[in-house]
Amino acid sequence: MIAGLIASAARLVSGASVFYRDEPPDERQRVYFANHTSHLDFVVLWSALPGNVRQFVRPVAARDYWEKGALRRYLSEKVFRAILIDRGVGSVADARGTIDRLAAEMENRYSIIVFPEGTRGSGEEIAPFKSGLYHLCREKPGLELVPVWLDNMNRILPKGELLPVPMLSRVIFGRRMAMEHGEPKPAFLERARAAIRELRGL
Amino acid sequence: MLLVVASGVGFVLSRRARTESARAAVANLNARIRAWWIMVAVFAIAVWTGGIGSIVLFALMSLLALREFVTLAPTHREDHRTLLWAFFAVTPLQYYLIGIRWYGLFAIMIPVYAFVLVAVSNVIAGRTDRFLERTATIHWGLMVCVYCVSHAPALLMLDIPGYRTNAKLLVFLVLVVQISDVLQYVFGKLFGKHPVAPVISPNKTWEGFGGGVLTASLVGTAIWWATPFTPVQAFALSVAITLAGFAGGLVMSAIKRDRGVKDYGALIAGHGGMLDRIDSLCFAAPVFFHLTRYYFTP
Repeated sequence: MIAGLIASAARLVSGASVFYRDEPPDERQRVYFANHTSHLDFVVLWSALPGNVRQFVRPVAARDYWEKGALRRYLSEKVFRAILIDRGVGSVADARGTIDRLAAEMENRYSIIVFPEGTRGSGEEIAPFKSGLYHLCREKPGLELVPVWLDNMNRILPKGELLPVPMLSRVIFGRRMAMEHGEPKPAFLERARAAIRELRGL
Repeated sequence: MLLVVASGVGFVLSRRARTESARAAVANLNARIRAWWIMVAVFAIAVWTGGIGSIVLFALMSLLALREFVTLAPTHREDHRTLLWAFFAVTPLQYYLIGIRWYGLFAIMIPVYAFVLVAVSNVIAGRTDRFLERTATIHWGLMVCVYCVSHAPALLMLDIPGYRTNAKLLVFLVLVVQISDVLQYVFGKLFGKHPVAPVISPNKTWEGFGGGVLTASLVGTAIWWATPFTPVQAFALSVAITLAGFAGGLVMSAIKRDRGVKDYGALIAGHGGMLDRIDSLCFAAPVFFHLTRYYFTP
């Protein structure tokens, strides 16, 4: 119920029209990865998915942000069922543990939404991707990835602002892709990043 | 009635269209007719609920139009606060002023006070490059999408001696403007040869313009009995409305052309957005409002 209301509100505020370059998303396990410029990004992408798909999609979000305050905790636990991870982990072992936990939480049915840039950008450039996406694909071979371009979000709710200006935006789902066997890390991450950048021109 | 006939014709045409371009033209026509049905229904509800319904309806139309305008306009991150003011303070206030019938402030709030507010708010945001351009763009959006449009429901606050049903004046304005749009389109499709401004809009032709303005004005004359005007006055006002409306359509086309609207034109499926629907009304509403106010109120 609350999830439905939030999805409707997100669609109203973002005026998002949704485009699919491939068949519309279904309930199969996938990783949706997108450019990140606004706090609205996750909820708009999530609301752009069909309702039946949405219940199998969980965002991957920063623990330090989403565990602050009762409302955020409620939303991340009960409504979005976010998988919370620690940002800026120092050691390789910790990063390893994060990926393991992510894979475990996904089981064999949950899709996830990730922003591989790691932090919100200004909207002009897509920052180089963090390597989590690569390690996750190694952990779960054959995992399908869906690139998503979120257009205009940084103007609707830029970094550091509290209230959104209700402009129109677009959510463009690109063609599904997967990591090839033995593909080197930099090549794969760059290919994924290019997949988003390519949607931008459409 | 008219719509029932139009829908029927549209259906028959969709069955008979053979070539690709004919099919596209008919699909476009039918989309317009469907949009009309929705507009008529919404409009009937608004008029039926009296003043408040119309004011709320036009306020929402302004917000939707402003949303499209700002999406197209090249605003910057630093303009964010100013845009919040425009959407959530200036627009509601303008329509609130109509609700409390405060004509004096209604007429100058956006041209004077919002003008100052937008500039000051942009100064506080502290970005100087292209300052004039950014400030002017936002104020322009407010003028067109909010100030101009609000003159349509403002008809409700005119005190015309011996005339109480101002909602009918509103219907008169919207009907003449919209019918003129449709007839200009139809005449243009049928007889259009010489474009008025080929660079701006190849679809607007002198033939469409003449035919549309004339026939729409005759429609306006035919419903003079619903207005405080004589038939001759109704005709003259209809001509003024349709001319202003035509100018409005051209100007908004120029803006869309400038912004390469195709990027966001696809945003609203089928028949363009709110701004495409009401571009003629933007310019016609203030003209009609002030002509009526000047000549028909004491």
